[in-house]
Amino acid sequence: MSVITADLRNYPLYIRSVPTQNELKFHYTVHTSLDVVEEKVSAVGKALPDQRELYLGLLYPTEDYKVYGYVTNSKVKFVIVVDSSNTSLRDNEIRSMFRKLHSSFTDVMCNPFYNPGDTIQSKSFDSIVSAMMVQSS
Amino acid sequence: MESLTLSDVEQKYYSDLFVYCDVDNTKKVASNGKVLDLFRAAQLSNDVVLQITELCGATRLGHFGRSQFYIALKLIALAQSGLPLRVESLNSVKDLPLPRFVVGKNEQESRHTAMYPDTENQGPYSSVIPRPPGRVPAKKLSTHEVIQPCVSAVEPQPDTTSPVVSPHQSPPTSPHAWRKHKRQASGGAVDRPPAVAGAAWPPFREAQPAGDGMWASHSPPPVQESWVSFTDTPPSSTLPAVHPSSAQESTTVRTVASAATTNEIQRQASGYEDPWKITDEQRQYYINQFKTIQPDLTGFIPGSAAKEFFTKSKLPILELSHIWELSDFDKDGALTLDEFCAAFHLVVARKNGYDLPEKLPESLMPKLIDLDDSAGVPESAPEVGFSSSPVEVTPNKSPSMPSLNQNWPELNQSNEQWETFSERSSSSQTLTQFDSNIAPADPDTAIVHPVPIRMTPSKIHMQEMELKRTASDHTHPTSPLMAKPPELSEEKKLAAIKFPGSTVGDGYSSSDSFTSDQEPISSAVTRQRSHSGTSPEGLKAVAPPPPPPRPHASHSRSSSLDMNRNFTAVAAGTQQQAGVVAFPPAVPPRPLPTQTSVPHGHRPVDGDGLPAHSSTSPQQMPEQPNFADFSQFQVFAVEQPVDDGDTQQDGGQVEKGVDAAGAVRATKNDTQAEERTPATVNSAKGSTPLAPPPKPVRRRLKSEDELRPDVEDHPQKSSVVPGVLATQASIPRSIGKDKKAIQASIRRNKETNTVLARLNSELQQQLKDLLEERISLEVQLEQLRPFSHL
Repeated sequence: MSVITADLRNYPLYIRSVPTQNELKFHYTVHTSLDVVEEKVSAVGKALPDQRELYLGLLYPTEDYKVYGYVTNSKVKFVIVVDSSNTSLRDNEIRSMFRKLHSSFTDVMCNPFYNPGDTIQSKSFDSIVSAMMVQSS
Repeated sequence: MESLTLSDVEQKYYSDLFVYCDVDNTKKVASNGKVLDLFRAAQLSNDVVLQITELCGATRLGHFGRSQFYIALKLIALAQSGLPLRVESLNSVKDLPLPRFVVGKNEQESRHTAMYPDTENQGPYSSVIPRPPGRVPAKKLSTHEVIQPCVSAVEPQPDTTSPVVSPHQSPPTSPHAWRKHKRQASGGAVDRPPAVAGAAWPPFREAQPAGDGMWASHSPPPVQESWVSFTDTPPSSTLPAVHPSSAQESTTVRTVASAATTNEIQRQASGYEDPWKITDEQRQYYINQFKTIQPDLTGFIPGSAAKEFFTKSKLPILELSHIWELSDFDKDGALTLDEFCAAFHLVVARKNGYDLPEKLPESLMPKLIDLDDSAGVPESAPEVGFSSSPVEVTPNKSPSMPSLNQNWPELNQSNEQWETFSERSSSSQTLTQFDSNIAPADPDTAIVHPVPIRMTPSKIHMQEMELKRTASDHTHPTSPLMAKPPELSEEKKLAAIKFPGSTVGDGYSSSDSFTSDQEPISSAVTRQRSHSGTSPEGLKAVAPPPPPPRPHASHSRSSSLDMNRNFTAVAAGTQQQAGVVAFPPAVPPRPLPTQTSVPHGHRPVDGDGLPAHSSTSPQQMPEQPNFADFSQFQVFAVEQPVDDGDTQQDGGQVEKGVDAAGAVRATKNDTQAEERTPATVNSAKGSTPLAPPPKPVRRRLKSEDELRPDVEDHPQKSSVVPGVLATQASIPRSIGKDKKAIQASIRRNKETNTVLARLNSELQQQLKDLLEERISLEVQLEQLRPFSHL
């Protein structure tokens, strides 16, 4: 599975994949999913930004995996790609993962030495993400 | 490998060394690098080292486990004594001196040697350590490594006493003084344990050159240096762990190592003290710097200002970012004084070449300034086994979520339930959700019944049950256990705010609001607690003691004049009843009518003797002096009764009409007894968690009990109406006034009946919910069990 954080302009701030074989594939998937995210975000429009959205539709015929998206108020997007092969994670778990991601992200933001737009190099963020990924896979 | 027997001294020494080498803090394996360094420090040829490694089995295993390490140490001792290396000799050689390691092995060791003049080993050691003249400043980065042969030790430590002296020599305060001390300290100072400040000095030297370049704009470099020494050995701070043990030993056999170099040692781990401990001088310096940015010592330094400040140190942004993450404990984007000191300390350490720790060392944890939340966040740095400095110890920053995550890494990672809970509990979302949960619960709880005032445990439980029901989906059952007190308080406040509003409408404003205050609190509390069975107890423990009975609780139902009288009478007397509000017998003057059996149907809850109550009520009437109105009625009724023989004890189904009066009298005693029993039963029920609904009933019953002497009133057992009518009819003299009173009482009874019925159904519902919860909890427990085995 992999976790990607993209900022306002869909610029990746953080990319992390656990099984590293299909990384490229993950990246590609994430990019395509970002489009869907954008679409959803713009669609919601005035309706308040939904805290999270689930993608269950991106299923390739060859491999199946689920792509989940999450958008913060500042249009920072988190995308998680998980293989469907591993026991499918429940919705709640995904939500909690996004929550954790979000909180870690805010911690990173709080760091005055972090300039928004930089790639995230925080060790704590890394550790949280890896812990999450290990836990879910 | 053959078993290795070590003397106590050896055991301690070896364990210290092992800890020292246990860079990764695995407690099982000593990192190869460190171990090899250590071995090399023993001044043995490489061949010998290799041989030892093989012998101890490390090459076989590929790493140094504890036993391998010990064996290796023993072999080193053997080798150093000039004995041939043989496995068999491990145990056979007696009185083997401890292995000596030249390079600043362990500050502890040095410390020990310094501190505790080792009787046996002193001599040889003192001369052993050829203190490298001075660590090359450039070597800062490598300072950690014990090995650096040239390193450390400023000067050989001729005497164990010298180290002891050095600390004293170092005068704390001014940086310049530090510098001087450094020189002096180098002479002896290995030992630092006692002098935190002094200890640092020697290392200064080394840091000096490097330090000069830095902080040009800041305080004098020496400060850094000294500090550097402290910050030394962050990564492998085995010190803290070792410290206690080593400190204990009087004969530290730590041998020579001391020689290692005061600097090294100090660096390594400020000896017994926490390597990350901030000395007073340092702290003072930090505080001064803090003041330049933020004059108010209790205020915050905003992130931007801190950024500028620390950028001056010319550390790479990435490292500064890391330092910030470590030091901004509450993740608020601003630095308090403590956080600032920690950050500064880390910067100094880094400047001097020491790696930054992964987690904030305990001694650097900011003290809780204002504790909103609970305190006691466990220290994050495992390496810091203990912190000798009282100042920095408090690891209680307010537990924000980040700190939560920081401090409960295992919990967060091990069990998602816990993790999610912690997130939930600490996130504002939970709070808001709780709010929303509380709100919906209000109507339920408010509805229950007019029972206003008393907050019996049962009622509390009931509230809790209701809230649990509504909130069960919201929080994990296990999560309540993790609830933090602050949450509780917040929830309480929230709940308290909400409840009164909702319950006011009942008409029992004063009492209701009171109870509602308690209810939400208890409900919040209970919600926080695990639902399984502990809630009742928890409730009881937590719920505030029920208020003293309200004397004049507005009881809309209390229509009878006597009730007020009863209230006053009872209120004065009965304060002890937990939460029993002097509730005068519900329908006080229920003259005859109660006899009728009709009420039976309405008395679902109390069961037992309830029916009897109704029948008895009329009887009690007569005994109630207060009910003057009905006394005459009673008289009539009594006159009427056929006879006393009628024992309608249980059935309570007093036949309408004729028997009524007789039954009344006859059953009077019974009913009284029964009343008592039901009352007690109810009260018993009330005390059990599952009997919230009967509260009103109970109360009335209890009050009845109380009032028994005064008024034997029949509990609110409704019913009677038909009976009343019947009796009324039978009564020859139906006075208009009495009729009205009777009808009023009938009405009241009916109301109470319905209330009771509702209570009953609700109780049943709650019971079901409770059982369901219990089952779900058990299931979860089952699920959790396997994890514990993992």
